[in-house]
Order: sequence, then C-alpha cells, then structure tokens
Amino acid sequence: MSAPLLSVSDLKVGFATEEGVVQAVDGASFELRPGEVVAIVGESGSGKSVTAQTIIGLTRANNARIEGSVKLGDQDLTAADDAEMRELRGERIAMVFQDPMTSFNPVYRLGDQIVEAIRAHHPDTSKKQGRQRVVELFEAVGIDDAERRVDDYPHEFSGGMRQRAMIAMALALEPEVLIADEPTTALDVTIQAQILDLLAELNRERNLATILITHDLGVVAEVADRVLVMYAGKVVEEGTLDEIFYDPQHPYTWGLLGSLTRIDRPRPHRLPQIAGSPPSLLDLPDGCPFRPRCPHEFSKCTQYPGLEARRPDAAEHRDRCWMTPEEKREKRVVEGQIGLEPPREVRQA
Amino acid sequence: MNDAVAGAPLLEATDLVKHFPIKRGILIDREVDQVRAVDGISFRVERGETLGLVGESGSGKSTACRAVLQLIKPTSGSVKFEGREIAGVGRREMRPLRRDMQMIFQDPYASLNPRKRVGQIVGDPLKRQGIASGSDLRRQVQELLERVGLSSEHFNRYPHEFSGGQRQRIGIARALALKPKLVICDEPVSALDVSIQAQIVNLLDDLQDEFGLAYLFVAHDIGVVRHISDRIAVMNHGKIVEQGTADEVCETPKDAYTKKLLAAVPIPDPRESRQRATHR
Repeated sequence: MSAPLLSVSDLKVGFATEEGVVQAVDGASFELRPGEVVAIVGESGSGKSVTAQTIIGLTRANNARIEGSVKLGDQDLTAADDAEMRELRGERIAMVFQDPMTSFNPVYRLGDQIVEAIRAHHPDTSKKQGRQRVVELFEAVGIDDAERRVDDYPHEFSGGMRQRAMIAMALALEPEVLIADEPTTALDVTIQAQILDLLAELNRERNLATILITHDLGVVAEVADRVLVMYAGKVVEEGTLDEIFYDPQHPYTWGLLGSLTRIDRPRPHRLPQIAGSPPSLLDLPDGCPFRPRCPHEFSKCTQYPGLEARRPDAAEHRDRCWMTPEEKREKRVVEGQIGLEPPREVRQA
Repeated sequence: MNDAVAGAPLLEATDLVKHFPIKRGILIDREVDQVRAVDGISFRVERGETLGLVGESGSGKSTACRAVLQLIKPTSGSVKFEGREIAGVGRREMRPLRRDMQMIFQDPYASLNPRKRVGQIVGDPLKRQGIASGSDLRRQVQELLERVGLSSEHFNRYPHEFSGGQRQRIGIARALALKPKLVICDEPVSALDVSIQAQIVNLLDDLQDEFGLAYLFVAHDIGVVRHISDRIAVMNHGKIVEQGTADEVCETPKDAYTKKLLAAVPIPDPRESRQRATHR
C-alpha cells in the first residue's frame, strides 16, 4: 500500500455559540491514498461536511476551535496560515460543492471564472492560454461543444452540466485531493450516474484521491473504496466498502442501509426506518449518542465505546458498539433489515 | 356545479396540455414559440390508490400537478374530479373543492411561512373553510400534530425550530387538516436525508390506510415511487411514455426512457454496482 497523501488525526472542530460549544466534529481520524475514494456518510448534523470544510480551511471562523491535525504530505494544514492555505487550495486540494446553482457567480462567463482561478495561481498564464486550458478541461469532463460553451453564463447550463463545469474548475490546477460534498444530491438520477462515472474515471486516470461526502449509501456503493460512518460528530464505524455493506457492525449503519429503497429487490411492505432524529449537539445523551434511537440498547451503552476493531478477522474494520460481532450478526438477521448476503470472502472466513 | 358522478374515478385527466408562450419584442409581444411543458397527458387516480408520476427535472411533472389543481390554467384538455369538470374553473368555484384536494410541497423550508406559528399554519385551512375555531380548532390541530409524529406542545413553535423532516411533517398535517380525498405530493422526500425519507414514506403509507387517501405522488426517484405507488406513469418531455402497475413498470419496463431511468438508480450493493459498471 502506498504512503498516505492526506492523514487526518483526532480532528476536533467546535463552534462557540450563545448556548454553549457545539462540538461538530469530535475526534475524526482517517487516511487517504492516491487514487482512493473515501466516503464519509451520515445524516445532516453528523459532522461530515464540517470535517471536509476543515480540511480545506473553510471553518476558520472566530468562534471555531480546531484541534488535532490534518497532514498533507509533511505539512500540517491546521497550522498553515491563510496565505499558505490560499496557495494550497485548488493547487493541491480542491472542492466540489453540492449546489451547482449557487456555486458560480451568475454575472460572469463560466470560462472567465475558471481562467481567473488559474491566473490567481499562475499569473504568467495569458488569457488565451487560460481559455485554451478551460476548453481542454471542459472536454475532459464531458461538456460537448466546449469551444463555444466556455463563453456561456452559468444560467445557460443545466444542473448536471454546471456540476461538470464545477468539477472542471476543481481540476484546473491538477490537485492531488478532491473533496466532493454531496456532489450529486441536487441532480436527477441519470445525471447522478454520469457524474459518478466521471468521478470514478478521474480517480482511475489521474490517480486523484477523493473524499466523498454523502448521506446516500447507494452513491457510496458505486464509487467508494473505504467508508466512514459519522454520527453526532464521531466516527461510529469505518471499513472497506465490502465490510460496511456485507458485515456492518454498528446499528446506525444497519439503519442507514435498511432505509434505502431497493429497485433490485421485491418491495418490502414497509421501509425499515431509524426512529427519531439525530440528537442536538448541545445536549448529547450520556454514553452512546445513538442510544435513544437504537433498538438494541443495553446496560453498557451508558458508556461510549472507543472506535476499535472488534472482528478478529478484520483489523481495519472498526466500530463503536459494545455488542460482539456474533451478537450483531444475529440481531441484524433477526431485524431482517439487511437483506444483503455476505460476499464469498467473508462467508469463508 | 354538478354533483359527483357515481362510479367516476376520483381524478381523471384527459389530453391535458399546458404550453407556455415564449415572447419576444418590446412594445408588441409576439409569441415566437412555445414550451410544451405538458403535452397531452391522460391518467386517472382511483379512490384510496397511489399513482406515481416519475420523471426528471423538466419532464413536466410539476406543471402537471399545478394544472390538475388549477393553480395554473391548462391550455387545453380536461381534468375531472369525481366526474366533475374542473379545468378552467374560476378560483371562487374551486374553493370548496380545495377541501378535497390538497398538496404537499418539495421544499420544507420554503413551503411554511416563517412568521407563523405551527398551530396557525396547520389550523388556517380549518379556519378558512369555516370548519373549526377557538378551542375546537386548537384541539383538532393538536391531534393532527400528534398523528403525524410531532407533539401537541409544538403548537406554539415557529418553523425554524424544526428539522427538515419535522417540517415536512408539519406540511403533511396542514394537507390533512381538511380530510381531503386526494393529496398531491410534489417531491415530498427528495430534500430529505435517506433515513428521514423512510420515516416520511412510512407515515404517508399509514395515513393512506387510516384516512383512505388517494395520492398523486410525483418524484424523480423511481425507487421511492415504486415503493409507495400502486401504479406508475413515467413522464418525459411533457408526455407520459409508459403507464402500468408499479411492478410491471419497474420489472418489465417497455419504454427506452423507463429503462434508462431504472438503470441509473444506484444499487446499495457493491458487487452489483461493480457488475453494472462493466455493462454500462
């Protein structure tokens, strides 16, 4: 395995508010290697977006407290000053946002906006060279008639095309890391499939390392290599794509998997659902924050377990639930929520 | 206005058309072209059943909803509710019918007035239709709130105090206040987290059983539509390209566009995704 490109260790992000400190991220750690896609999954308020925004230095508000480290190569990004971060953004880490409608300036031509980004980092690039580069980028992300489309305004692009343009802008300076925050949530399914294919292609061909933020495990199954499941600011389970889908350990992950509608399976009479809603970060319950919503709560749950490997056969598959893997497999089947059979490798083990 | 025709379907749209003119010129508006948003669609919804209307942005499904409810005037065609023609009927004549046909909107943030308390939002339809007032109104609203999974204490709160899923529950309570026969749901779950989507879909299912509601359920996610619908109509470029039972349409699709839509739905099973990726 190659050396990690990005390593996040024990990242904590808190925001001081009038009602107290909101600990949006509470000790997230993970590594990202070239060509790898790490998905961070969770509901609104789980801390997945704040994690991503902190990596690229977008949460540096006066009321924010950031602890832990984010290392890109040897450089600690949490210690980098604003000028260093500006240098780095786009050049080494780029971000694609959820909403392609509001992420461009509506009164400038798309091409000009991207050329501006290129020239901000490489002032010696001429406008003509910049424009040529944008045409190449548009072609690379599958925008037809690129030569003419670079002169369009954002409103002349459809949602899917605008998302492609945003990916083109993110790629303009050939970054090593791409952070995609819900890149397909605002799009139709057919367009979503195209954008996911594009992201997968970029990973393969450019060896781009990607952090994918999403609440949809269906999207994760299409592109991710490894998965982190976040709940109330903490990582509650992490593992490879197959581990998370075929042997999920945390009841919250079961709930997320169960609540998906599956087009490839007979319709269940009722969709399995996670009861209730995520807790307020200002008023977390003692112990496991998922406890009030968990149908398997027992006495031990008033203490919060650490993120540990509990399966003897999978050292990198970690979770925060006291139940043993055997208990979990049993409970999971009893619930009937996880209709997934384990893959051959896991079954033999 | 005629009374309900016995044996007629609850809602029947026939050759429904809505074209929007494209106008040019400064002093004289010349109509240069038309956007054929809804281009001659026919469908029916029976009492207590769910018809799913699925299509992508721009397919005309939201325009179809609005034309059915007479929120916009259809260009031509017929919309019959319980056998009575309502296409082109004036606002005043529509008002008593609004009791029977309600709508749930996509965006739970934009569809609730931020300056009104929850009690007012849910109670207004009851008040306007002269059904309840005073303590009776309050009691009815509190019952509704509890029925949709909120608490009666939420009566005096404002929309901003609620999460997206809870707001959608408020919108559902408002739509149910008048005990309608038909509820048009325009993308009711697409702005919500997947886990909350399941809660809302289950709630809509329960309410249908309890109140005998019929739904016209409009969404772009064919997975959700298939789960909740008895029958599905697939819309593309203003036309219905395929119509049938939910299982027929999803398991043996006939139209190329339906097939394309189904093939694009992500499958939360990495092995199957990998297999599909090699076929794509």
